[in-house]
Amino acid sequence: MDLSVILSILDATIRLSTPLLLACLAGMYSERSGIFDIGLEGKMLSAAFAAGAVAAISGSAWLGLLAGMIVSLGTTLLQGVAAISLKGNQLIAGVAINMLAAGMTTFLGQTWFHQGGRTPALSAGGRFEPITLPFANELAGVPILGPIYADLISGHYILVYIAFIMVAVTYFVLFRTRFGLRLRAVGENPKAVDTAGISVVRLRYQAIIITGLLCGLAGAYFSIAQGSGFGNNMTAGKGYIALAALIFAKWKPVPAMFTCLLFGFLDALQIRLQSAELFGIEVPVQAIQALPYVLTVVLLAGFIGKAVGPKAGGVPYTKER
Amino acid sequence: MNPQRPETAAASAPASGWAIELEKINKRFGAVHANKDIDLKVKRGTIHGIVGENGAGKSTLMSILYGFYTADSGAIRVNGTEHAITDSRHALALGIGMVHQHFMLVDNFTVLENVVLGAEDSGLLKPSLDRARQELDRLEHEYDLEVDPDAIIEDISVGQQQRVEILKALYRGAETLILDEPTGVLTPKEADDLFRVLRTLREQGKTVILITHKLREIMAITDSVSVMRQGEMVATLETAATNPEEIAELMVGRRVLLRVDKGPANPGKTLLEVQDLVVADDMGVVRVKGVSFSVRAGEIIGIAGVSGNGQSELLESVSGMRDQTSGTIILNGKPLSLEGDDGAAHARDAGLAHVPEDRQRMGLVTTVSEWENAILGYQNSPEYGAGALLDIGAAKKAAAAHIELFDVRPANINLKTSLFSGGNQQKIVLAREMQRDPDVLVIGQPTRGVDIGAIEFIHKEIIKMRDEGKAILLVSVELDEIRSLADRILVMFDGVIVGEADPAVATEGELGLMMAGINNKAAPRGLGIAEQGPLP
Amino acid sequence: MSARRPLPRWADVALLPALNLALAFLVSGLVVLLVGENPFHAIQVIIYGAFGYGDGLGYTLYYATNFVFTGLAVAVAAHAGLFNIGGDGQAYVAGLGAIVVALALDQTHWLLAMPAAIVAAAAVGGLWGFVPGWLQAKRGSHVVITTIMFNFIAAALMVYMINRVLKPATTMAPESATIAVAGRVPQLRQFFSFFGYSPVNLSIVIAILALIGVYILVWHTKFGYAMRVLGANPTASRYAGISNSRMIMITMTISGALAGMVAINEVMGVQNRLVLDFVAGAGFVGIAVALMGRNHPIGIALAAILFGALYQGGQELQFVIPGITREMIVVIQALVILFTGAMEGLFRPSLERAFMLLTPEQKAEAIAVSTTGPES
Repeated sequence: MDLSVILSILDATIRLSTPLLLACLAGMYSERSGIFDIGLEGKMLSAAFAAGAVAAISGSAWLGLLAGMIVSLGTTLLQGVAAISLKGNQLIAGVAINMLAAGMTTFLGQTWFHQGGRTPALSAGGRFEPITLPFANELAGVPILGPIYADLISGHYILVYIAFIMVAVTYFVLFRTRFGLRLRAVGENPKAVDTAGISVVRLRYQAIIITGLLCGLAGAYFSIAQGSGFGNNMTAGKGYIALAALIFAKWKPVPAMFTCLLFGFLDALQIRLQSAELFGIEVPVQAIQALPYVLTVVLLAGFIGKAVGPKAGGVPYTKER
Repeated sequence: MNPQRPETAAASAPASGWAIELEKINKRFGAVHANKDIDLKVKRGTIHGIVGENGAGKSTLMSILYGFYTADSGAIRVNGTEHAITDSRHALALGIGMVHQHFMLVDNFTVLENVVLGAEDSGLLKPSLDRARQELDRLEHEYDLEVDPDAIIEDISVGQQQRVEILKALYRGAETLILDEPTGVLTPKEADDLFRVLRTLREQGKTVILITHKLREIMAITDSVSVMRQGEMVATLETAATNPEEIAELMVGRRVLLRVDKGPANPGKTLLEVQDLVVADDMGVVRVKGVSFSVRAGEIIGIAGVSGNGQSELLESVSGMRDQTSGTIILNGKPLSLEGDDGAAHARDAGLAHVPEDRQRMGLVTTVSEWENAILGYQNSPEYGAGALLDIGAAKKAAAAHIELFDVRPANINLKTSLFSGGNQQKIVLAREMQRDPDVLVIGQPTRGVDIGAIEFIHKEIIKMRDEGKAILLVSVELDEIRSLADRILVMFDGVIVGEADPAVATEGELGLMMAGINNKAAPRGLGIAEQGPLP
Repeated sequence: MSARRPLPRWADVALLPALNLALAFLVSGLVVLLVGENPFHAIQVIIYGAFGYGDGLGYTLYYATNFVFTGLAVAVAAHAGLFNIGGDGQAYVAGLGAIVVALALDQTHWLLAMPAAIVAAAAVGGLWGFVPGWLQAKRGSHVVITTIMFNFIAAALMVYMINRVLKPATTMAPESATIAVAGRVPQLRQFFSFFGYSPVNLSIVIAILALIGVYILVWHTKFGYAMRVLGANPTASRYAGISNSRMIMITMTISGALAGMVAINEVMGVQNRLVLDFVAGAGFVGIAVALMGRNHPIGIALAAILFGALYQGGQELQFVIPGITREMIVVIQALVILFTGAMEGLFRPSLERAFMLLTPEQKAEAIAVSTTGPES
């Protein structure tokens, strides 16, 4: 296996883990504040559709991105009203959102564009182009480091770089700002936050707004960066993998980055391989596909450390007076 | 009287001036009149105690002061100026801080982060944490409140967690500190450390309000004390001018006793025996610290005491709901062994019935009908169905019998249980447990939230069971009830039995003292504070 | 907290779901309007497509059969306080049990093969429900997350099994060998030509039996009683000597087994072989069905027929009004789940207050009952 093959796989890894990472970080904000979010899939799908549709009509990828973020935000607020203000069941709200997105996107796609649910293929301006980092071409000749810089690090869509920057941003927000402190507190002990005179409801809404915006980025990535236009069910369960990654990373930003890279790597692997050989036993590609989920279950079962989520997660806050 | 302005108050430590004044405070919750025309004045720079039994209204009053509740009527004055305290933020701004009974801490944050939460200076955390660290250092030295600012809350002891709560209040500039039953979770040494801190606070000119039911604490540390009983402020005294007996009498009061006619007990063999029982609660805090007693057939053992002294854990343990840390429970001659999470079934099989303290949370499923509750706990017994099928007819018949025998109203077995009044709900539970003809009956707070008419009925039924030869363990915070029903009284304080009494002979005052932790009689095993020498 | 009495039975069971359904239809109708079609015409088409002729009715019932199974699966778990969204995965893997037995016994009469296959499908589906149940009971892993994961693991597993293990060497398509005619579950049209070409088959009888069985289990057995106590009040359950952990494991197993019956309908009754994703999302429809049907067999039966009708009507809709695709049905389904499950708070308080105003005596009683102040 030579360097170019390795680089190719790693390159694919980065591309595949980007939407996972964005969605994972998105979920981090809402879950850390105590709102269980299994609706990441639905939000991404809606955003992907909106981005693809608007990019096709307007010819501008940036407008598409904006549309994606707005739609995702709207979907999140819908879920938020159900979970926070109406004190409904957060899990059922998530399931409903996923289903709603699946139905609405294909329905509107077919109705508006008549291409079986797809949005039209995007022209040059409607899609994000890979960005070449400075000096990439000049440095390409440098042995080992050159190709790594030129092929692996340079040449990605802007959303990829944004995603990885967001890891640092999220870490900073969560652990170095007042907002982050309060956010983490409200997911552990909302009563402590309440008695400190801070509005629990406001904090939670702020958290899910961030979730909505990040999911918008994640969804848009599918249709106006990685792909050219929206296709039916194009998120294909990535929202659930992001959820699994969130749990596996124990709701922390830097482990989330590595987990998403790992899951992205497994994804890249299973695309390339039909099967693999491990100690002489044939490992079917489906095993690799199932690996992220199996790993999460193993973690949840407490067999490789404990995954203790935010203590107040999933419970609507009622001021018990 | 010079009402001091808040700005000048901090400049020196004045000896005069009221820090807090409450005037004619009233608060109702539905039909319950929790606070009736309460007047309270607390001098600045003193430690003031508020003492009373359960249901006296202490916590409600302080919650009003701290902004959790709004009084129905009455005035609040802080440092002489009247304020309408609408929420805890407002109270904090007025310099009132509260240390709750159940701590308001984020377990996986550090001490520093908890102190700073909600009182951060700016968006960026670091400057706030740095300033807090400095301030905390100063506070810690000034008030002798040593705590490691970088320690994580779930790693430090309960006593230290409490210090964090105090530091939180002080960090926000609290001039008046309210502590609600602070020593409930502390070891004796930790409690003494706390008192040291409180004295230092007083020296620094802070005002402390201490809510407690433990008389030793009142005598040890307060300058003045208010006694509340059944929603009313009964008396305010200078601590130095009074004594525990007087306070205990005021606390418990001379009420018209509802004495039940009962003949003498005729005890038979021992049916329930508890040996060196140690039980911890869900948090791992030991609540029952070595209790031993026995109950014979045909007698009622009454366990008196203010709630929170281990009675709940004792009840849960004896009834099989909670595993004990150590010790033995012997039912009907056989040790009760709990394997798996269905321990209560084992206890029932051994002939025990349990009327729980909290009927709505534990003893009933309020969302279903009465007849479905009539078999709760006994659903597997053969009379409700031979095999896997439930004999609904038999269940309904039993439910109807319960209703008739215990005069439950409305007499409708299909009515949702939540729609019955408290007294009738309790009757449903009692009927169910008593009709099983158990050998041992364990009862907790049988008349909590029950109207007068039902109380009489329930007491009669309990006596009847005793006369039929059952062994009855009665736990109640109503001293009246214990004195009226029990053949022998055991007083529980801080997880141990601190004294035994004969209801025919013991006075209210004696019992009140024991319940409040003062015991001048033979020293029981494993005592806490009361053992630490004479009162100051 | 203002005094509110809980809704009378009929309002809780019929009025509230009806309101939620109406709202779901209203919102969907608005969407239909937005795309320039007539919602009333759409409803007409749906009703005709679902009930108007033999084939249509047959398809409606065929879909409803699946939804009864998955709806019951969700409902049984819900009675014990568990949210099983793993119906899809449980039904999918049950296909393994069904096909293996069906192929092994496909020369014997279906009257022998079917019961055996039912046992096998129930066992495999049950296992797929048992593991998350065990994880919740013994390791504290949240059953919602684990069942989601197990859905995906099932998908991966089944792709492998179908492509690598069950696919005969002679076939290109990813599917198993076909069951011989003798071993297939007969379709109703063999007895009633009224049903035209629709695939509704005898597994509908199993569905009816399942409805009755679940009714008896939940309300007429000691186990069902214990289950309901656990779901209503886990503390009271502990008080009553019920082993919460055992309840959780057994309930999830039963739930998975019920979902597994979808495999009988699809694999033995319709497809006559194991194909990829034969479940087609029925597990999630089951959630809507259970919510609408208030977790009661009668409600579930009605809701299953409703959703079956929507599915079949949706097919019809596609042909008659090309502007509305069958995804509209998914949207309605999602809205039902949203309003019935998550936005309960939308209608319930107002309804409760409205009912309060009707009976002053009950209002007084409710105030007397709710005198719960704080302990102090």
